[in-house]
Amino acid sequence: MPSKTHVQTTINGEQVDFLCEPRQSLLEVLRDVIGLTGSKEGCNDGNCGACTVVFDGRIVTSCLVLGVEAAGKEIGTIEGVASGSTLHPVQAAFLEGAALQCGICTPGFIVASKALLEQNPNPTEHEIRFWLANNLCRCTGYDKIVRAVQDAAVRMQEA
Amino acid sequence: MATTEYARNVVLSSKEYDVVGTRPVRPDGADKVTGRALYGADFNASGLLHGKVLRSPHAHARIKSIDTSKAEAHAGVLAVVTNKDLPSGVDGGVRDLQRNVLAADKALYRGHAVAAVAATSPHEAEEAIALIEVDYEVLPAVLTVQEAMAEGASILHDDLRTDEGGVKGDKPTNVAEHFRHDLGDIEKGFAESDVIVEREFNTATVHQGYIEPQVASALWNTDGRVHVWCSTQGAFPVRDEVSRVLGISESRVRVTPMEIGGGFGGKIPSYIEPVCAVLSKKAGRPVKIVMTRREVFEGTGPTSGSHIKIKVGADNQGNIKAAHAYLAYEAGGFKGSPVGAASQCVFAAYAIPNQAIDGHDVVVNKPKTQAYRAPGATNAAFAMETVVSELAEKLGIDPIDIRLRNVPKEGTRRAHGPAFPRIGCEEVLQAMKDHPHYSAPLDGPNQGRGVSIGYWFNVGFKSACTISVNPDGTISLIEGSTDIGGSRASISMQAAEVLGIRAEDVHPTVVDTDSVGYTDVTGGSRTTYATGWAAYNAAEDVKKQMIERAALIWDVDADSLEMVKGVTRSKTDSELKMTFKELAAELNNTGGTIIGSGSLDAGGLGTGGGSFAGNIVDVEVDPETGKVSILRFTAVQDAGKAIHPSYVEGQMQGGSVQGIGWALNEEYYMSDDGTMTNSSLLDYRMPTSLDLPMIDTVIVEVPSPSHPFGVRGVGEANIVPPPAAVAHAIHNATGVWMDRLPMNPAAVMKANWSK
Amino acid sequence: MKWIDYASASSVQEAVDLLKGGGARPLAGGTDLIVNLRIRRLDPDTVVDVKGIPELNEVSYDASKGLTLGAAVPCYKIYNNKAVAKAYPGLIDVASLIGGTQIQGRASIGGNLTNAAPSGDSIPVLIALGAIANIAGPNGTRQVAVEDFCTGPGKTVLKQGELLVSLSIPAPVKGSGAQYMRFIPRNEMDIAVAGVGVSVVLENGTFKSARISLASVAPTPLFVKAAGDALVGKPVNDASIAVAAGIARDAAKPITDMRGTIEYRKHLCEVLTRRGLNVAIERAKENK
Repeated sequence: MPSKTHVQTTINGEQVDFLCEPRQSLLEVLRDVIGLTGSKEGCNDGNCGACTVVFDGRIVTSCLVLGVEAAGKEIGTIEGVASGSTLHPVQAAFLEGAALQCGICTPGFIVASKALLEQNPNPTEHEIRFWLANNLCRCTGYDKIVRAVQDAAVRMQEA
Repeated sequence: MATTEYARNVVLSSKEYDVVGTRPVRPDGADKVTGRALYGADFNASGLLHGKVLRSPHAHARIKSIDTSKAEAHAGVLAVVTNKDLPSGVDGGVRDLQRNVLAADKALYRGHAVAAVAATSPHEAEEAIALIEVDYEVLPAVLTVQEAMAEGASILHDDLRTDEGGVKGDKPTNVAEHFRHDLGDIEKGFAESDVIVEREFNTATVHQGYIEPQVASALWNTDGRVHVWCSTQGAFPVRDEVSRVLGISESRVRVTPMEIGGGFGGKIPSYIEPVCAVLSKKAGRPVKIVMTRREVFEGTGPTSGSHIKIKVGADNQGNIKAAHAYLAYEAGGFKGSPVGAASQCVFAAYAIPNQAIDGHDVVVNKPKTQAYRAPGATNAAFAMETVVSELAEKLGIDPIDIRLRNVPKEGTRRAHGPAFPRIGCEEVLQAMKDHPHYSAPLDGPNQGRGVSIGYWFNVGFKSACTISVNPDGTISLIEGSTDIGGSRASISMQAAEVLGIRAEDVHPTVVDTDSVGYTDVTGGSRTTYATGWAAYNAAEDVKKQMIERAALIWDVDADSLEMVKGVTRSKTDSELKMTFKELAAELNNTGGTIIGSGSLDAGGLGTGGGSFAGNIVDVEVDPETGKVSILRFTAVQDAGKAIHPSYVEGQMQGGSVQGIGWALNEEYYMSDDGTMTNSSLLDYRMPTSLDLPMIDTVIVEVPSPSHPFGVRGVGEANIVPPPAAVAHAIHNATGVWMDRLPMNPAAVMKANWSK
Repeated sequence: MKWIDYASASSVQEAVDLLKGGGARPLAGGTDLIVNLRIRRLDPDTVVDVKGIPELNEVSYDASKGLTLGAAVPCYKIYNNKAVAKAYPGLIDVASLIGGTQIQGRASIGGNLTNAAPSGDSIPVLIALGAIANIAGPNGTRQVAVEDFCTGPGKTVLKQGELLVSLSIPAPVKGSGAQYMRFIPRNEMDIAVAGVGVSVVLENGTFKSARISLASVAPTPLFVKAAGDALVGKPVNDASIAVAAGIARDAAKPITDMRGTIEYRKHLCEVLTRRGLNVAIERAKENK
């Protein structure tokens, strides 16, 4: 079998080295090689957003990135959202606002929502819904998710 | 019109408690917002292998032979299995299950599992299944109930005979069962009617659409025990199914439920669990299979498409005199559609003196249908509610008023036999009528408002729970209901209420099948109801033992003590009292900890009266494209007693949106040869956040007569009314009555063109 | 997915050298390519990452020369570029509706074009804007008008070893406006049932020129020259627009599939052309 590729990257601020096959997606690498299982696979074709990560400052679906493309990049995952044992305001708002039911889509929504609020601190309901249209949730009907993002916006401005 | 000033989300509360009815943070929440919660796919084990399933490319084919030799020789492959690796000689229901998890002589739908491979990586397993050679004799496929019931239709099962009220037919058929419920005399009822509306409907096959694909891991251990880790709505039912498919006793199977990423009924049955087990037995190592999204669509539980005819007659005052329903539901490749439940729901929101319901369970070349949130009821309500709204229009009666005029109450007799206990149908309809949404003006052309109501049972079934008291005054609560949407919280809160402690002082854990008593599925709107009741019983047991312990400590008669809001005290001596925390701290010094247990069978279908849900919806229809936009949506539901109102609202909002998706766009779009052509989350078109408004809720509380807190399960009824409410709104916007689901833009445009 | 090799190119020449032996596909945003590898619609042995090539990352706009848009520039960098957003609102229409936010973080207009899906959202507006594809290959460079680029579903004029380097879009002239309008059942994250890209140049209340192109109603994106030509010299009014919309409808050659019937899709082409022209006209009037 051909050999694996050595990749050096930065994940949640830490330098990480890993070996992967070029056919392995970044999502597979995060979950199966590195052991960061917070990013979830719902569709493996970019349509559910459960695997959303920050890739060099922009959110992407990690199922549509090859692991080898991570070389030299900065990657942010759900595991890097909280500061130690303190939840990020987006996490706190989701938790306290009952914005999750089964929770499988939650990591993707939190990573995407945090990215939205960092570039648009006071989004309208429509802007929130537009930004999050690449993240599917089948449990909540999105109502409490949209409200949690609105709540998080307030929390972040007060912080 | 008088309206109540409702907040966006309001609880019309029946009774106040200390913990029940509050909104604490859920106990499993921190893990779920940080990515730490372990779902099925996050399982790992030493030496774990990865499995892949080979699936039939044909919707209907005889399997003449399977050659696995090339796959077995492929690099990294440790095991290949087919149906021949499962024990033979099992009886009917288990045989169907066996043949669904691995096809025997026939593939009955495209996506039907035919063989499976375990290898050292998922990519190698995928390469290997492509090397399995299957010789198929392709047969004609039947894809709808009409096709399957037609004369000369291609037959799925040569040995299937129609069950006609217990009597078997004498010729091969695709109709597994025909039954009829009768009440009164419908001929007389129609003769007494001034107006009769009779319509025919078709609804497409739809999928539950959970975001987490099915996943399972299994280890067939050297001691002969099988350990399964999976995403399931019920660890015990999986244990029982796996043991039956494998032909071993239940106690040799242990199922550990991982966190579950949605189910909605689709994660009740086993698919890959027994396959992982036989692969593990062959390979001698644990095996994990994760389905792809396409496998989820092609190989797991959609819910039934259906063909429905409804005839309703009423007098000029709107009193419904007679109704008939013809229900034909797709079962998929094996018998067992939810048409039975549908027959008990179709007229549930009406007191109709004369009624008859004919139900047909029909096999077709699609995946075996499974439960989907109020299974069967949504299709039926779409048809019945549309007919009732048309009847109201014909009679010039307000659509809520006609429903109130015929509202069922405690004692209303139903066609399948039982009478309702106390129910909240009238209260739900009244809350809809009182809601400001119902009287608000529409603010543009091409807009319309619709209403409808729907019903779903509470299933009772069996649950168990144990509670141990910790020295710091908290309790550890052990239960077996997989938590699919916050039930750890709603179960814990019921125990906390009994013991007079805070919700945060309960630490619940969902455990494996070796660690708690038998607990049925998380489904049937039963978990907060029945497992919550088991927790209530366990807490009462703890309470009794705490009082006995205090009596021992104080050397008094236990009968002289009581526990009120967590304080154990003497009924006569005001000096004698201890808080829950104080008493808990004494337990280890006075005989050891206290463990309370509760288990029950909370009854079958229809326990406690069930729950009614109603909708008010405003839509705008683009007259040039047929596209329907949901402008405003209000969901009303009877929760009996909302234990955690936020999660009750969440159920109402989520169910409503699934109903909206079913109404507007979701469907299995089948090619003529039986291939689902839209088997991706891009093309299946579930609603995104951008397709919806906020979903306002009104929780009505009409306590269930059976449950200690009056809980009614709220998980399902909310999906029932939306398609009919949307259809009614489309009618009021465009003038057309839609008679099919989905009411996608092309269908609405076509209806507009033909009006 | 079968085993693939990965190579990263840092220059156009290096990419061409890697591609010319065959069995290789360029990887830009990967949002189509990786899916196609997974379902084996495409079966290369090697993917060549072209995102490290300066020319493929170029976004340069000059009010006289127009826009050069590198083939690997992700959508978000297009709509976040204020000068481009102001000059080419029609291009921004598509950059902000391809996929969703996450897809737009990777997907490129060049990738959308080379993927050559009949439903490719960017292609009609590129055609309407008169965009030119700049191609490099073993035999040097060449230019192809975008309306001639796609030859069938998933098929393009690119020959073995050739690489789409960039797109050149003419500078917008005074009185010009463009629009892309698609019809989808959802509000985002969907494939066009039909799509229409239009551009117009107005002068003294008449159409000086117009270009109209359709998506999802033929094996390739369809340039309906006659529809635009029918507007030239005509007054800007509903009657003129109706004529063009009718020609667009008649030119569409859709199939009946899960996205819609022939009748419905042809009807949509008329509706979308009319609506798209009205938006483009408004934009043109503001573009003084």
